Amino acid sequence: MSSIPADLKYTKSHEWVRQVQNGAVEIGITDHAQSALGDLVFVEVPDVGRTLGIGEACAVVESVKAASDVYSPLGGNVTASNAALASQPELLNQDPYGAGWLFRLQTSGGSADAAPLMSAAAYASFLADETK
Amino acid sequence: MGLKTPLYDVHVRQGAKIVDFGGWDMPLHYGSQIEEHHAVRRDAGMFDVSHMAVLDLKGGRVREFLRFLLANDVARLKIFGKALYSCMLLPNGGVIDDLIVYYLADNWYRLVVNAGTRNKDLVWIRRHAAGHAVEVAERQDLAMIAVQGPTARQKTASLLMPAQQTAVLELKPFFGAAAGSWFAARTGYTGEDGFEIMIPAEDAADAWNGLRAQGVKPAGLGARDTLRLEAGMNLYGNDMDENHHPLESGLGWTVAFEPADRAFIGREALENARRAGGPELVGLILEDRGVLRSHQKVMRAGSSKAPAGEVTSGTFSPTMNRSIALARVPDPSQTAVQVEIRGKLHAARVVKPPFVRHGKALIEI
Repeated sequence: MSSIPADLKYTKSHEWVRQVQNGAVEIGITDHAQSALGDLVFVEVPDVGRTLGIGEACAVVESVKAASDVYSPLGGNVTASNAALASQPELLNQDPYGAGWLFRLQTSGGSADAAPLMSAAAYASFLADETK
Repeated sequence: MGLKTPLYDVHVRQGAKIVDFGGWDMPLHYGSQIEEHHAVRRDAGMFDVSHMAVLDLKGGRVREFLRFLLANDVARLKIFGKALYSCMLLPNGGVIDDLIVYYLADNWYRLVVNAGTRNKDLVWIRRHAAGHAVEVAERQDLAMIAVQGPTARQKTASLLMPAQQTAVLELKPFFGAAAGSWFAARTGYTGEDGFEIMIPAEDAADAWNGLRAQGVKPAGLGARDTLRLEAGMNLYGNDMDENHHPLESGLGWTVAFEPADRAFIGREALENARRAGGPELVGLILEDRGVLRSHQKVMRAGSSKAPAGEVTSGTFSPTMNRSIALARVPDPSQTAVQVEIRGKLHAARVVKPPFVRHGKALIEI
């Protein structure tokens, strides 16, 4: 079973969102996503300052097996991106919810709670349905 | 639910991620395919290759039959146990399959063919065998394990009785021999030394676990693919198929045009292709970050509009920490090309495979 921390929000495309403070969020891909992709060898993160719309393809995670787009779960401005992933893409496999974070956003719409994101419980049952 | 090898339950217990491969439920990896790759390059790893089909061909005229059936010439096999790599062709030169043939006795040769092509291979072989009074028996009673890496032979031999140990350790590359209930051959698909062992299916789990106790790391199809591509070895269905003949698939060296009077299926087509010239398979190393994948378009350097071929197999090379590929290009004299990856052009260098042999990169980055 993949890990699904209770304090995060989730998308159907397997991104997670962590509320950092009012309007500021950290975003990555889930344990399920990294496990399905396999060993990551190449990660491209969005440039700081870029403005992202909800659902915009903004990062690429590429494993030995396949390349996959990451979609921004929220709209906003990129305030930071994880430069360590360029030389150590394996961080994303080892610690998807910590050292493997992808980027931070200052959201335009205030709180992340307002967006159509799933709770941990909802994501767990979504995964259970998807892998049936 | 796919087909399962005798080792399927062992793989699941040992944490394998199982995927469908040509109708078989096979291990993709047991956690990290990159670690499995490095284990084979640096120490020893093992692959369950029981999904491949083992065919025993017997009959007084079996040699004459195989000289007609295969593009390589089994007359090159002069010593019992010696193996030969060959393509089996359609009359138009297209590759039905690539295989290894072992010379076991004057009336007995053993073929190992790909899992995904097993059915059509059997139909094709049996159709032609009938006229030569050759009997074709599939050895579904056998499992096969490939043990590969610099320490693979020692670790494998340690499971055998002393007399058998000596026999298998003395095997030269591309030779096989019986050792008790095993048939061990010094062959593989990784560019490392090692054995491929054929064993009774009921003994497979004990052999696998015995090898694991010797420190041989289970490895899945993911590592098998990165290892074979680093070694510059073709994958059937990617790098050659029924629409591509051996000469445009980097396999000209496996076609025995001499002696000139040997008739084999596909000969005339290949002789015409050889005279006409045509595309060739080359190696590529990506100069940028990113990963080359099959079917990406290759363009001439400095031009975004002049197609110059297609990637047939691409991956990330864990040994070189770069992306590498095999590509079919009309003009193999080019030394630099561009590859279109996800809509953008990236520079790649044309090189001669293999990329890696015996743990070492052969091409400077």
